[in-house]
Amino acid sequence: MGKSFYGVELPNPLMLGTAQYPSPAILEEAFRASGAGVATVSLRREGAGGAGQTFWQMIADLDVLVLPNTAGCHTVKEAVTTAHMAREVFDTKWIKLELIGHTDSLQPDVFQLVEAARILSEDGFEVFPYTTEDLIVGERLLEAGCEVLMPWGAPIGSGRGLNNTYALRAMRAEFPDVPLVVDAGIGLPSHAAAAMELGFDAVLLNTAVAKAGDPVAMAKGMMAAVEAGQMGFEADPIEARDMAEASTPVIGKAFLS
Amino acid sequence: MKIVLNGEARDVAATDLAGLLTECGFSGRVATSLNEEFVPAGLRAAQTLTDGDRVEVVAPMQGG
Repeated sequence: MGKSFYGVELPNPLMLGTAQYPSPAILEEAFRASGAGVATVSLRREGAGGAGQTFWQMIADLDVLVLPNTAGCHTVKEAVTTAHMAREVFDTKWIKLELIGHTDSLQPDVFQLVEAARILSEDGFEVFPYTTEDLIVGERLLEAGCEVLMPWGAPIGSGRGLNNTYALRAMRAEFPDVPLVVDAGIGLPSHAAAAMELGFDAVLLNTAVAKAGDPVAMAKGMMAAVEAGQMGFEADPIEARDMAEASTPVIGKAFLS
Repeated sequence: MKIVLNGEARDVAATDLAGLLTECGFSGRVATSLNEEFVPAGLRAAQTLTDGDRVEVVAPMQGG
């Protein structure tokens, strides 16, 4: 059974972003075909034509859990204000807290992240912090009130997969009861499966699906991958070894030479 | 009154935030801030505007 995300059990381990698809129709079909249970969304300036309202109606019709983000925020104040706006607009306490510290890598500014997480947790938000794989930062985020941690696999949109499996494995071992999500950097289904094989509870990805040549097929592939990886982890896999160990019994082999 | 709405200079008749949203045709799910401070929906009507105010009106958008 999966872990609870602030009291909510996810229908499956795939969280899917809603940005960068070739069209709204393909976005919608990617969700329907894959069955992804969580959609990440954001807030941007509303235009005169009310584009946001059309988008919202489409997301509402998907009947998925909605996880708004604070993408693009670089200061605690900006992120906290954005979170308040998101809570009102999306009518949810969930917030994917992003505090960007580096322009090229979009690496989280973990110092501001912890501060913002504390402010928002005290204000009743249920914070999903986009963080690095640093264990001490993870501890600080939990102390600040977070009940979920979302370390990056690789920089957002890079498609590199899991840059630091050692640290992600350590994070799983250090926080056995905390829901952990690999957020960002996934490019291939095998990356998503690998995250789940480490014992992570979900994978959050966007670009790998939205920018694939066939986003709908990739969304289905990602869902198959996270489910396969989860099943593998839960099945208690064998240890890797350097040398062969015959699987076919030697006893009873006919003498033929 | 001259304000800045979503980064653009505007000359508006409204004197409060709720009136501004109506005047500028915003409806549905939007959130507002005034001079970088969040203004909850329930307080928009009581939130008076003054010359030079910076107003942000945001709505649901695609995100990762």
